[in-house]
Amino acid sequence: MDIQSIHPLVIFFAAITTNNILLTNFLGMCSFLAVSKDLKSSLGLGVAVIFVSTFTAPLNWLVYHKLLVPYGLEYLQYIAFIIVIAAFVQIIEMIIERVSTLLYLTLGIFLPLITVNCAIFGCVLFLVIRQYTFMQSIAYGLGAGTGWALAIAALAGIRTRMEKKSKVIAELEGPGIALIITGIMAMAFIGFSGIVKIN
Amino acid sequence: MSAGPVKGVAALKRMLWEENPVIGQILGICSALAVTNLVKNTLVMCLGLIFTLMMSCFTVSLLRNVIPRQVRMIIQVLVIAAYVIVIKIILDAYLPEISNELGPYVGLIITNCIVMGRTEGYAMNNKPVDAILDGIGAGIGYSLVLLPIAMIREPLGLGTFFGMQLLPTDWTRWNMMVIAPSGFFALATYIWLVRAFKAGEGKR
Repeated sequence: MDIQSIHPLVIFFAAITTNNILLTNFLGMCSFLAVSKDLKSSLGLGVAVIFVSTFTAPLNWLVYHKLLVPYGLEYLQYIAFIIVIAAFVQIIEMIIERVSTLLYLTLGIFLPLITVNCAIFGCVLFLVIRQYTFMQSIAYGLGAGTGWALAIAALAGIRTRMEKKSKVIAELEGPGIALIITGIMAMAFIGFSGIVKIN
Repeated sequence: MSAGPVKGVAALKRMLWEENPVIGQILGICSALAVTNLVKNTLVMCLGLIFTLMMSCFTVSLLRNVIPRQVRMIIQVLVIAAYVIVIKIILDAYLPEISNELGPYVGLIITNCIVMGRTEGYAMNNKPVDAILDGIGAGIGYSLVLLPIAMIREPLGLGTFFGMQLLPTDWTRWNMMVIAPSGFFALATYIWLVRAFKAGEGKR
């Protein structure tokens, strides 16, 4: 089937479940492991990732297809994408700081982390490689962000509970056990395969 | 991180074991998980990372007195991105198949936290030669984690090694080993073993 003819909604659900950007593509692992110790900041970072990926995906689509391709500058795509993401994050941070102090304290502190979050950058690279259309890229950005937020919130919940109730082997504590939990989560997400199908 | 500046070969050595970026600081594991199901891809990825680290540490170190502090992050990212583009072009020209299989992960070297960590944490404050050694050390340290994991995952999952048949053809493939979850388990086990070993070393 031609990839352009897939309905954006299908791409949205596939990005959350079968093609979860964290559990099947391993993107955004660094902040995933570092922040998932507590549920509140995980949710904050999750929301920030959803927000940024939803906007940077179509933005970068425009940059790639309307600016780089017509001038034959595809090889500059990495630099262009990084600049777009960094600039977007910077502008949003300034706007949030002006508009609402409360929002800045809950969401704003996570924004600098996001510029180097590979989930955002990876999401953009995937939409170029898979040749999504504009609508599809919005759906993919939203879906990938949501999938990432879902995974980090789930892991944070499990880790908080585990800290209170269970004993972990000393050497596995911290990142080790978090990786194993993530592995089990990834296995659970394989159960979704067959619901929606895209490459 | 270590106290005081570490110079020369010592900067390279500590990255291999004591301050291994993957095991010790849990950095750069996105690609560590994603590419380790085939030894060949892993090797290409490791060489790419070593090259990027070496060159961007060198460049950032050369420019360290010129870069204004407020914009240093974005400049570092741009330097790194430039070298990653070089790698991508070389791969596309000489190894198009591998470049295809690695897909976005070559580009993702840019956001690999090891590179940013080394340029920001070391190259910004040290001389070019030390920065190169530090970069190479971090790259090799990364490879020392990825290659063993790949060497276990590929034979068990596909029965092959470096694309060649290693195990008998009637070997029942552990499909599990080449798909996503085993990446997490393999890395967790590796971290566990290394930490257990280090703990044992400390007691002696």
